[in-house]
Amino acid sequence: MGTRTQIVMIWLVLLVLLASTVAGSLVFTGVAGLCVSLGVAFTKAGFIYWKYMHVGAQPGLLRVAAFAAGAWLAILLMFLVVDYFTRGVG
Amino acid sequence: MGMYIFLGNEVMLFGGLFAVALYTRLVHTKEAVAASKALHYGIGGANTAILLTSSLCIALAVEAGRQGERRPAILWLVGAILLSLGFLGLKGYEYLEEFQEGLKPFTGFDAAIKTPTQHLYMDLYLIATSLHALHMLIGVGLLAYAAIAVSKRWVPVPERVITLIVIGLYWHFVDVVWVFLYPVLYLAR
Repeated sequence: MGTRTQIVMIWLVLLVLLASTVAGSLVFTGVAGLCVSLGVAFTKAGFIYWKYMHVGAQPGLLRVAAFAAGAWLAILLMFLVVDYFTRGVG
Repeated sequence: MGMYIFLGNEVMLFGGLFAVALYTRLVHTKEAVAASKALHYGIGGANTAILLTSSLCIALAVEAGRQGERRPAILWLVGAILLSLGFLGLKGYEYLEEFQEGLKPFTGFDAAIKTPTQHLYMDLYLIATSLHALHMLIGVGLLAYAAIAVSKRWVPVPERVITLIVIGLYWHFVDVVWVFLYPVLYLAR
């Protein structure tokens, strides 16, 4: 498959995922809905990062640089969720 | 690598906003859902499709640049600029609608928004989307520069295609931010 065909195919997949996000929000609510919508969003971001942002074609050090902030953000969100589960709110 | 590290800073900038959105959604679920339902998710969805298509144009512009195809690269860049202006125009229309519905500050905000949490949610929506729009405006400027630079041969392709790649990285990142903003803000149910 040529590079241009791959680029167009990924765009089509992203549009299908967009439609699935909207459809998912009509079906799932609460924490399940949040998990579905974030799961689809991470999948879309993965396609964009890997192909459109060329991370898939980079050496290891550049991949680390590209995803390092995501790891720090995951730590922040992890502490946030721990707080949510341990304070008995919600 | 420099652009990836810069985008890492942007991840932390928007990450703080996402953290607030997540906590509001988890702790004040009913009020967050009520506020989210007041937003125009159809307009937001259309804007997502427009932004994803602009990313397609940028990716094709970069590929054309890599192949030394100057004119197609310029045309794809111009396509991306037009789409991004469409996004901003639609966003402006959406803001106007929300302003008239009393969802925005200054007029009727207190009448339409019932609780402090809904107030917080609308503030968060306004801050996050306007910050994203600011990034888009910067992106449009960069895309316009790229189109002119390739056209005038200040940036010859394929020799200096790295300029298009770096600008493309910024644009795709702005796209990724919206990919998360849309479900988090508009589709809370």
